[in-house]
Amino acid sequence: MHVPDGFINAPVSVAAGVVAAGAVAAGLRGARRELDERTAPLAGLVAAFIFAVQMLNFPVAAGTSGHLLGGALAAILVGPWTGVLCIAVVLLMQGILFADGGLTALGVNITVMGVVTVVVAYALFRGLVLLLPRTRRSVTVASFAAALVSVPAAAAAFTLIYAIGGTTDVPVPKVLTAMVGVHVLIGVGEAVITMLTVGAVVAVRPDLVYGARGLTAPLKLRVDGELVDAAPAAAPAAGGSPKKLWIGGVVTALVLAGFVSFYASASPDGLEKVAADQGIDKNVEEHAAADSPLADYGVQGIEAPRLSGGLAGAIGVGATLAVGTGAFWGVRRRRTAALEA
Amino acid sequence: MGAGHAHKLYRHGHSPVHGLPPHTKLAAVLGFVVVVVSTPREAVWAFALYAALLAAVAAKARIPAGFLLKRLLIEIPFVAFALLMPFVVPGERTEVLGLPLSVPGLWGAWNVLAKGTLGVAASVLLASTTELRALVLGLQRLKLPPLLVQIASFMIRYGDVITDEMRRMSVARRSRGFEAKGVRHWGVLAKSAGALFIRSYERGERVHLAMVSRGYTGTMPVIDEATATRAQWAYAAALPLSALLICLLGRTTA
Repeated sequence: MHVPDGFINAPVSVAAGVVAAGAVAAGLRGARRELDERTAPLAGLVAAFIFAVQMLNFPVAAGTSGHLLGGALAAILVGPWTGVLCIAVVLLMQGILFADGGLTALGVNITVMGVVTVVVAYALFRGLVLLLPRTRRSVTVASFAAALVSVPAAAAAFTLIYAIGGTTDVPVPKVLTAMVGVHVLIGVGEAVITMLTVGAVVAVRPDLVYGARGLTAPLKLRVDGELVDAAPAAAPAAGGSPKKLWIGGVVTALVLAGFVSFYASASPDGLEKVAADQGIDKNVEEHAAADSPLADYGVQGIEAPRLSGGLAGAIGVGATLAVGTGAFWGVRRRRTAALEA
Repeated sequence: MGAGHAHKLYRHGHSPVHGLPPHTKLAAVLGFVVVVVSTPREAVWAFALYAALLAAVAAKARIPAGFLLKRLLIEIPFVAFALLMPFVVPGERTEVLGLPLSVPGLWGAWNVLAKGTLGVAASVLLASTTELRALVLGLQRLKLPPLLVQIASFMIRYGDVITDEMRRMSVARRSRGFEAKGVRHWGVLAKSAGALFIRSYERGERVHLAMVSRGYTGTMPVIDEATATRAQWAYAAALPLSALLICLLGRTTA
């Protein structure tokens, strides 16, 4: 799914680059919290791990094999912020060193393969873990669902970017069905491997799985024959609820701005296609009339204004994300300062 | 790691291209690719001139053509996609060797192939004339956030270690008669990935502790400060500027 140079036009590549830069900036702030002081060495090793895991080919069907994207796996194992950072670094290095993915398409690649997979996977994972009973099994089930959805979501995000700024004239519905169709299959493989990997790590070192934090039973001490709660080490619950709320809000906004508007615009497209086909069938002789719906069916006229709305929405969400991060950090810092005082 | 610290893609040499400071080369490649991408696809001759420019750089860097062409193979998946395009794009049709192909599809395929190949070739030239460590330093000089630069440098340093670890695990699996044939074997691969994660993470913790015990405070000291003179910048800028000239010519004529 590495997009090469020249596949997406320059303005949209720049816009995607801005989105990617915003996400990386947010990730830089967030990663400090997830990995406390050890950020750079640990995140570097995790990036190396993702790099290695992307080479792990799994056989899909006779003769063909797929490889992991790793977005969902990274988000669940080390947290969404670090996950975005690690995948962004992996993609940057692949672009510069291996020429895998174009340099001008770097923003597109980071947005699609880093940000979308991680955000979708982690939001879904978090939601499921909150809904399901607090057991290890629900962590693995949630990671299965998260990875399963994240891959087609990335394919749909790619199609959205392609619809706005693709340099070729393949009709968007065709690209959407092909991309999402293929990536649902890849997603199944990704989901099974992600689930089993998370399961394997949870079985050995549950403390290393970021997504499984808070699942450990509270420590109890037996004092004079009865069980007493041990003093809690630290209270991460205080910062938890606004964070959840915040992530949920961003994801809802992104989904509404990006995907729902896209699907909403995709369905009349299908209608239009049918209308055009039938129009041609009815008026076989009227060449002038038959020509125009065909011309309209092409990407340019219809798609551009409608999808520019989607682009505006996505940019709006990006700006909200940036402002929201700043505000959230301000609030949080004040609160921790107040707690320490 | 046994084979020194140069990566496989790097080709050792002492050409003027090798000697340029890394950040000038990074900026030049980026500028070149941006210019190539914004060239109208109808200006076919412009792309031939771009290819000639890259060939001139390769000749200057004494990179053999075979080496360059072999590395271009990375592009194959997208070539396959580009070849499909003339068949699926709707629009005006034309006959080529008895096959009905669409004209916009052919243009699209040409566009993706030409620009993608030039981009890959430029990146390959950069990677084969610049050492890894120098590339990371170059990114730092281009004001990439320091934390990102550190993550990248750790990734590069330990990438080989982790990949070798994975390779050893694969050798161990195969020496016990394992062969990944289908869905039934996904579990084994996933457990390997899990073990690899634990090993990477624990190694990260050990590396961190070792660094802290040697006085690491969150930033790495820069020992070899790479600065570029005006002449070096001008030398590196020759590629993107001549490309820009071609691009402007292409825009006026196309």
